[in-house]
Amino acid sequence: MCSSTVVELEDVTKVYPLRSGDVVALNGVSLSIDQGEFVAIMGPSGSGKSTLLNQVGSLDVPTSGNLYIAGKNIGKMDDRDLTRMRLNTIGYIFQKFNLIPLLTAFENVEYPYILKNRKRDESGRVWNILEVMGIDSDLALHRPSELSGGQQQRVAIARALINDPKILLCDEPTGNLDSKTGRHIMEILARLNGEGMTVIMVTHDPAIAAYARRTINLVDGKVN
Amino acid sequence: MRDIIFALSVRSIRLHFLRSVLAALGIVIGVVAIASMGMMGANMTLSVTEELSAMGNILVVRASGEMHGGGVPGMGGLGGGGDDEDLITDDQFKDIQRIAGKYGTVYAVYSESDTIEYGDSERRTTVYGLDPDLIPSIVTLSDGSYPKSTSSVIIGPTLAERLDLKIGSKIDIGDPDEGPTTTVRVVGIIEERGMSMDLNTDSAIIGNEKLFIGMYGGEGEYEQVNIALDDINDAETVKTDIEDQLNRKEEEVSVLDSSRMLESITSTLGTLTSFVMAIAGISLIVAAVSIFNVMMMSVTERIREIGILRSIGTQKLEVRKMFIYEAAILGLIGAVIGAIFSVAIGYIVVLAMVGTTEYFFSPGSLVYVPFAMLVGVIICLVSGVYPAWRASNLDPIDALRAE
Repeated sequence: MCSSTVVELEDVTKVYPLRSGDVVALNGVSLSIDQGEFVAIMGPSGSGKSTLLNQVGSLDVPTSGNLYIAGKNIGKMDDRDLTRMRLNTIGYIFQKFNLIPLLTAFENVEYPYILKNRKRDESGRVWNILEVMGIDSDLALHRPSELSGGQQQRVAIARALINDPKILLCDEPTGNLDSKTGRHIMEILARLNGEGMTVIMVTHDPAIAAYARRTINLVDGKVN
Repeated sequence: MRDIIFALSVRSIRLHFLRSVLAALGIVIGVVAIASMGMMGANMTLSVTEELSAMGNILVVRASGEMHGGGVPGMGGLGGGGDDEDLITDDQFKDIQRIAGKYGTVYAVYSESDTIEYGDSERRTTVYGLDPDLIPSIVTLSDGSYPKSTSSVIIGPTLAERLDLKIGSKIDIGDPDEGPTTTVRVVGIIEERGMSMDLNTDSAIIGNEKLFIGMYGGEGEYEQVNIALDDINDAETVKTDIEDQLNRKEEEVSVLDSSRMLESITSTLGTLTSFVMAIAGISLIVAAVSIFNVMMMSVTERIREIGILRSIGTQKLEVRKMFIYEAAILGLIGAVIGAIFSVAIGYIVVLAMVGTTEYFFSPGSLVYVPFAMLVGVIICLVSGVYPAWRASNLDPIDALRAE
């Protein structure tokens, strides 16, 4: 494994046991992603791209095979370590933004910071990141329900970045946005990648995938 | 806000304010029920103990074979009057005097239940006959003087009040349908004593023993012999000595020790209090179900939020904490409001059931307020455990997919 490799899959399979029969979501996937890459994972629905993203996002572990994230084999981790991995190493951006409705925009960004550092942000880091994302101090004090989709997604990106992750995972990041706002979000992601951030993105939209520098096609749980 | 998990719990409660208030209301009711029942029991015990311990140094000797119904032997006098009743003989009295004389005052009591008449009113009461020289050392008067002649008596305060008797009033003792009556004059009113086992003077008549013998005969046959001990610690010694000597051949007398009776009454009241509190506790179980329900609703509604929290790095333990905090806050709010109400409602209950609030603010009574609060909070926490456990064990991927 090369030292600049941040994600490495070795013959990863994921099987969901169902009463109607086992469903093979990933069928022996091997690939590696280097530090600083911008990778789009494409494929029709049911091809296993969400499953792959969940594995890389440490939300789930492979049925067999090895999956290394930042050099650690997540298949051998317990829930505590997986959760810690999600907090410290991975920034997750969702299609539906997934901000916490009870918290303001500012608090949503501060939340992972408090979880990690066990104290409130006094360094101004939250404000800085929000500012970079174009959320001013007035908007930052609103609840997510009072923000537009584009604003919510920018807050979500700020939240994903707050703990300096190694990998930014994006699950259809523009799926709930109009095309103009979507382009704006993609420009932010491209800029972050330009600053050295590894970005892995699931999408079925070729126009969005075009922002990536590498595309991985999944069909029936296999890399095509 | 330092603890963001706690802040989330508070906001969740605020968001569903009405629902939370209703759930907490159950706890309020439960806490009030337990606290006021507990306080009622405590006040009852305290007031009975106070009344009884005033006579804590009394031993009562009765002839064996006489059944006293176990519970409150002092009431035995009311049931007396039958010819076949076992009484203490003069010889036995002298023996008791010889044994117990050096430990305190020993006096024999004649007692009979009879009808008395004053004006148009008629009433049954207990008539006691005592040695006139000893009466001043046995009872205290609130008014008037001690009886010197065989035609004067002193009466209890309850009797005086019921029949509107005053010093100088003349009453007839005896049922005119059954034989001659005796007219006596009230010369003193006895101070209120409450329930006791030696003499129940509150609604009784006390006269010279010669007056008693003149009315009922039976000289030298006593209903009971009372020993007023100088030192309560001698109770066991005196009791054993009397039993050893008088009951050597056969069971002649039984000695009742008022401190024993006090213990048994206190423990009976304690059991009763626990029982009543357990019934009140049922209301807390109902409250627990409603807290459980609200917590489950909160978990179900927030599945997606739990999924988000978990996916961005919140540990299971922290999710559990969030829901436990929520239950604890509901419990605390309920318990605090309940505590305030239980002091007010407890006061009314005690006043209505015990008749006095003299002991209400004593530690033994007020301790039931924090106790009930604690029970309320614990019940809430227990109700929150399963919902919290369920929330923390949701699969983050499934939870994120929930609508």
